[in-house]
Amino acid sequence: MKANCWMGTKNVEVQEVPDPKILNQHDAIVQISSTAICGSDLHMYNGLLPTMDRGDVLGHEFMGEIVEVGREVKNLKVGDRVIVPFPISCGNCFMCKQGLFSGCENTNPNAWQQELVWGHATGGVYGYSHMLGGYAGGQAQYARVPFADVNPLKIPAGIEDEKVLFLTDAFPTGYFAAHNCDIQPGDTIAIWGAGPIGQFATRSAFLLGAERVIVIDRVDYRLQMARDAGAETVNFEETDGLLLDVIKDMTGGRGPDACIDAVGMQATGGGLLGVMDHVKQAVKLETDRPLALREVMMAVRTGGRVSIVGDYAGLIDNVPFGAVMNRGITMRMGQAPVQKYYHELLDRILKGEIDPSFVATHTLPLDETPRGYELMDNKEDGCVKVVLKP
Amino acid sequence: MNVKKTVTIESSPEELYNFWHNFENLPRFMQHLESVRVTGDGRSHWKAKAPAGQTVEWDAQVTEDEPNRLIGWHSLEGADVQNSGTVRFTPATGGRGTVVQVEMQYDAPGGPLGVLIAKLFNEEPDQQVFEDLRAFKQVMETGEVVLSDATLSGTRLKQRPGQPPETWPLPESA
Repeated sequence: MKANCWMGTKNVEVQEVPDPKILNQHDAIVQISSTAICGSDLHMYNGLLPTMDRGDVLGHEFMGEIVEVGREVKNLKVGDRVIVPFPISCGNCFMCKQGLFSGCENTNPNAWQQELVWGHATGGVYGYSHMLGGYAGGQAQYARVPFADVNPLKIPAGIEDEKVLFLTDAFPTGYFAAHNCDIQPGDTIAIWGAGPIGQFATRSAFLLGAERVIVIDRVDYRLQMARDAGAETVNFEETDGLLLDVIKDMTGGRGPDACIDAVGMQATGGGLLGVMDHVKQAVKLETDRPLALREVMMAVRTGGRVSIVGDYAGLIDNVPFGAVMNRGITMRMGQAPVQKYYHELLDRILKGEIDPSFVATHTLPLDETPRGYELMDNKEDGCVKVVLKP
Repeated sequence: MNVKKTVTIESSPEELYNFWHNFENLPRFMQHLESVRVTGDGRSHWKAKAPAGQTVEWDAQVTEDEPNRLIGWHSLEGADVQNSGTVRFTPATGGRGTVVQVEMQYDAPGGPLGVLIAKLFNEEPDQQVFEDLRAFKQVMETGEVVLSDATLSGTRLKQRPGQPPETWPLPESA
């Protein structure tokens, strides 16, 4: 089959690789109809995630049709149409049983690699480094899906791929971010990052009852997309380095009730501290550039909530911890437990409360995946999200 | 060399003890074991895979056996690897499954065989015992050892690229 392989920094190639096989008896094989590039794929593209091997198949947002099932698969059959959540979960461990699907204790055969850097391990993720399991990803014609009775969600016929594809990651991650803000009537939510996750967090915050949403980014067409959903926006590059003052003025001098970091390790801006972060990240003194994180910690109102869904891989410097400790900030974060939310979100799509296809600005054949990475990485041509057709 | 590793499993002490106590089950989750044959009177014969198609073998004797709580063993005279150990099964707090703790001691001989055995344990014996214990948890909680594309060959500590294998199962030499 054809698959998009990581071949080094800024180097992905669509190559011929072996077809996936049933390796465990709870596996299914999916023939992929649509697959997407995630903002987090750019971390590997830019060489910021360790434990990558040349030839690793990328991609963790995919859907399609079941073409083969292992002996132990009971709830799915050949021909079923499914979306596949990015966290691989066993459904039986302590974590899965309480809905912490992305923290599954059984699906990361390389847990030992994570324990070295993170203390304890998470579950596996498709096409997302060896440290997250070493699973082949879904930017391909076919993919192997472990624990097929637990992970895929069946999708009714008659609804197009683009409306449900983002149930794999971007929509539930944005929704999880908003849900973690514990939104109360009258609340103002500020969201750093107007990429796909920030866009879904914006719409989710309104769905969950936020009165105002303020979105911060520097890419105008992305801010426009947030305004289309009813958000107010700030281009931080136009604030003369006074972003925090601008946000304070917009929120009655008190600050947003909750702030979401939908940016993560590849943040830009931040003046001198930002330049230092770039240098430290380049020489591996710091794995992440935590500019957005510092800002959300400073901007949120006293007693407010900080919700983090932007990816961080390791160590960060100059975090204003006194700000969150003394002001009693609640911080919640994590990789979204997609399987906990996807039934509810599919319902919202079917009821017409949201149409996630707005975020898909580009559709390319799988053969042109490298071009898709360039479009997303360079934010060219109004690109927010690239959908690939195998 | 002493190794101590602990894991918590969503099963009862009784189920876990019973599975482990049937030593012929152990190769299902201990990566290097080829076979264990129970020979009677608390004795068993163990055969482990070593690099270059070689094997190491030993006889073991059960030294302690408390149903649903504890199994202890040690190797008998003439073992390629002198080893002893215990596995304990203790109910976790609040009904949250069972804490399984393995303690092992072993002495690899010097010389070429010692080198072979160091390789057998991938020079990370600590890690290898933990990997086996994790695989035990996977077997008890999900029914099988969970595989990813990168972890198919020999020991999990050795990686292949994260793309599907050409054939499955892998040929013996892999």
